[in-house]
Amino acid sequence: MGPTIRITVNGEAREIRAAATLADLLAEIGLDPRKIAVERNLEIVPRSRYAATALAAGDELEIVHFIGGG
Amino acid sequence: MDLDFTDAELHRYSRHILLAEVGAVGQARLRAARVLVVGAGGLGSPLALYLAAAGVGTIGLVDHDALELSNLQRQVAHTTARLGRNKAESAAETIAALNPEVRVETHALRMDAAAAEALIPRYDIVCDGTDNFPTRFLLGDACHLLARPLVSAAVLRFEGQLSVFQSHLGAPHPCHRCLHPEMPPEGLVPSCSEAGVLGAVTGVMGTLQATEVLKLLLGIGTPLAGRLLLWDALDARFRTVTLRRDPACPLCGEAATIRDLSAHRAAPAPACAAA
Repeated sequence: MGPTIRITVNGEAREIRAAATLADLLAEIGLDPRKIAVERNLEIVPRSRYAATALAAGDELEIVHFIGGG
Repeated sequence: MDLDFTDAELHRYSRHILLAEVGAVGQARLRAARVLVVGAGGLGSPLALYLAAAGVGTIGLVDHDALELSNLQRQVAHTTARLGRNKAESAAETIAALNPEVRVETHALRMDAAAAEALIPRYDIVCDGTDNFPTRFLLGDACHLLARPLVSAAVLRFEGQLSVFQSHLGAPHPCHRCLHPEMPPEGLVPSCSEAGVLGAVTGVMGTLQATEVLKLLLGIGTPLAGRLLLWDALDARFRTVTLRRDPACPLCGEAATIRDLSAHRAAPAPACAAA
């Protein structure tokens, strides 16, 4: 494993390789993108941008679960 | 605008009229407004009751379900004596008792594409308090295409989410598909009847939804548009995050592929009841 960066996911610190994208992170965690949204530094990342979104050191990410109850 | 109020109306709405941001003009705006509430359940109950108490002149209520015992843990517009009755009709009865000054238009039907096209243009604002993804996506698409603001709340377990979508106004406003481009495949996301919900959570979210509707009608404050409010009741934590318009969005994006409601006509009727 090459150089890593430190990010926060759901409030917990996590190391990930420096060139990782948001899509890589979701695959690593094992999250199905069809049932979540992802918030990065207080902003929702469009699903169409996951593979193009490079993570940066210090990024704070929150997984927002897709819910539909009423 | 008709600014004539009866003495009873002035008395009933006096705490509103006292607010500089509302006043008699704002109260008259509320009286002239037409709001469609889809789903007379956990969200729709407090939502419709607060809109009615506030004096929103015409409230449309859509629900095809019959009231079940398991609804009463959270759906406070209904009563035990009304088990088996249509929920839109039951909620209309509660509203009539709370505020006979408002008119309720009861639509005891399933919200499908034809109903969306017939009903949505007749209202100023649409509220989503439904319990299933097919209806949520239908409402989101229909409100964008028919140019109506959508105030959408959702709940599950101890969590709530809320946003205002007005993508019909154009950029930079996002639509519901900028958040979730597609419906989750069936079975991937549980419903309240599968995973449960704390009753009070629906009360908070439905009341926040009512607040956003009243803000929009009155033209006060900053609407929760382009933002998503997230509430974790167990953590007692509210967060508001930015939601931007996605240029690649299939509904409001530059090369949008959804131009009408035909995909919803082909879809099977949602099987999920508000149990």
